[in-house]
Amino acid sequence: MTKFTRRDFVKTAAAASVLPLMGASANAAEPLKVAYIYIGPVGDYGWTWAHDKGRKELEAALGSAVKTSYVENVKEDASAIPVLRDLARQGNKLIFATSFGYMDQVLEVAKEFPDVKFEHCTGFKRADNVTTYNSRFHEGRAVTGTLAGKVSKSGVIGYLGSFKIPEVVMGVNAYTLAAQAINPKIETKLVMIDSWFDPAKETSATETLANLGCDVIATHTDSPAPLQFCQKKGIFGFGQGADMSKFAPKAQLSAIEDIWGPHYIARAKAMIDGSWKSEDFWDGIKEGSVKISPYNASVPKDAQDAANKVFEGYRAGTYDVFTGPIYDQAGTLRVKAGEKLGLGDLATIDWYVKGVQSA
Amino acid sequence: MTITFILDALITVIGITTPILLAATGELIVEKSGVINLGVEGMMLVGAIAGFAVTFETGNPWLGILIAMVSGAVAASIFGVMVLSLGANQVATGLALTIFGIGLSSLIGSNYVGIAIDPLDSPFPDTLALDTFWRIVFGHSPFVYFAVFLVLATGFFLNKTRAGLVLRAVGENDFSAHSIGYPVIRIRYLAIAFGGAAAGIAGADFSLVISPLWAEQMTAGRGWIALALVVFAGWRAGRLLAGSYFFGVLMALELYAKASGFAILPSQFWAAMPYLIAVIVLALLSSRDGKGGKAPACLGKPFIPNG
Repeated sequence: MTKFTRRDFVKTAAAASVLPLMGASANAAEPLKVAYIYIGPVGDYGWTWAHDKGRKELEAALGSAVKTSYVENVKEDASAIPVLRDLARQGNKLIFATSFGYMDQVLEVAKEFPDVKFEHCTGFKRADNVTTYNSRFHEGRAVTGTLAGKVSKSGVIGYLGSFKIPEVVMGVNAYTLAAQAINPKIETKLVMIDSWFDPAKETSATETLANLGCDVIATHTDSPAPLQFCQKKGIFGFGQGADMSKFAPKAQLSAIEDIWGPHYIARAKAMIDGSWKSEDFWDGIKEGSVKISPYNASVPKDAQDAANKVFEGYRAGTYDVFTGPIYDQAGTLRVKAGEKLGLGDLATIDWYVKGVQSA
Repeated sequence: MTITFILDALITVIGITTPILLAATGELIVEKSGVINLGVEGMMLVGAIAGFAVTFETGNPWLGILIAMVSGAVAASIFGVMVLSLGANQVATGLALTIFGIGLSSLIGSNYVGIAIDPLDSPFPDTLALDTFWRIVFGHSPFVYFAVFLVLATGFFLNKTRAGLVLRAVGENDFSAHSIGYPVIRIRYLAIAFGGAAAGIAGADFSLVISPLWAEQMTAGRGWIALALVVFAGWRAGRLLAGSYFFGVLMALELYAKASGFAILPSQFWAAMPYLIAVIVLALLSSRDGKGGKAPACLGKPFIPNG
């Protein structure tokens, strides 16, 4: 494993780009080079941490057959393009781009390197050498929303989001709908902080939601800081991406854990045996990609039972939080009774359900 | 909207403002001495990890703050050697210090990811801060009181003391100060170390109070805001205090506007608004009295005696 920061990267990329391309002449004994670009630092203990854990699982599982590297703190703007391009030039044959905002950059670079395979996390645009993969985090959000509906005394719950992108919007909606299934009067207050990782702003935003009456606050950003605030304030929240209970042993009701390792191992194996093709993966609770951390001891029995019912429903394929009737914020019926929002609709969703108070 | 709510919101504002104010106060002294140190972000991160690591290892947050302060000053002194003794370009060296601070803090911090500590509480007994009103007065972390004290003391130092006058003289005309016998280089070293110490304390505010954990680059660009505030405040302590809190109000307003649903404009606009308004207001202020934007005359210029 080689650890790169972006700056090291610029230096080595300059050197590496003058080397001849090794990829075409690589023989079978050479390890498969796999690279990752991350939106945050691997030490965020959230989203990027979970991807990096998957990368380490890949290394552990395939040993000398793979060689992995990563570049952290890659911005979701045009600067991702040279990073991707240089990783491809350095002989990486499988490149994972692990944030939504890399979507168009991945497609652009993929065109230039038809023999390199790219996998873009949480996006919806594919090509012959671009696969998309995602987790049905919203299933986890439905479980935590159920807990929120049971635990909230004020009837007002919070959601700390990053950007208004489909992944976050469907999370807000799943959380709210699940909470409303318990208590129809539940309202969700929503703040988008326009960042994935900014512990200080995450803390202030959580404080804001708490001051506006929220007593259970879910986070869709990448650090444990919001939970620490909940702990201090005596309210509740959920871990995001990883079990964060040690940061907030009282406040964390549960957590949604992202499990990426199996996907990374399967895709690297597919590269090695030549069966890789462009696909769209969207795994969830059923496949083990989304896990729910053990409930806090303070969660009442009936809340645990209600949450377990949702979890088991997803595992058995008998439950879907996006089952109609679903109304949007303006009160318009978006999904008729008995119908469901398909994964295709969810992948591009840009409207909030009734009961979400958003800017 | 009740009074309690406004007071609660004010607590958010104070939390947001404090580390920026601390770092900006340190940088004010540095710039008044005629040196510009763009390494604030890096020094804050060094302070953040040093404060966190020492607090975690010893269980003593006060020792953590002390070490954070010393680490910030040491990091700043490296910058001092480069620009004062070796005559390196201040802008480039300051940027290098930021990069160095990010790298060093990430390296040390890799052992501290995923560890939690208890936040540092108010130095006053809980019985003094029972309701929201008294929480405004007594309910903050020690950093809050120290930041306000530091900026006021800095204002007094710069404007009312002989030592402050000397510091300003060094920043306004280093050759004249030198020719009448003031040790320009030594004074600048002290100013730079002070700036680093203040940035180190600001960093510890992040890792001990605001989010009591270590996460790489957890200051998320606040060092740059502190630098900008010094310029916007026209190198004046009083205006720096007011400007920092004004900026804090704008940042909190963004969050409250979004969460209470009265933000009709796009979210990105709200995120950019504090910067936009700060620029406009301070531009107006400085055009009004013509003194607002006056930088120390020697700012950024290397001092080479007899050169």
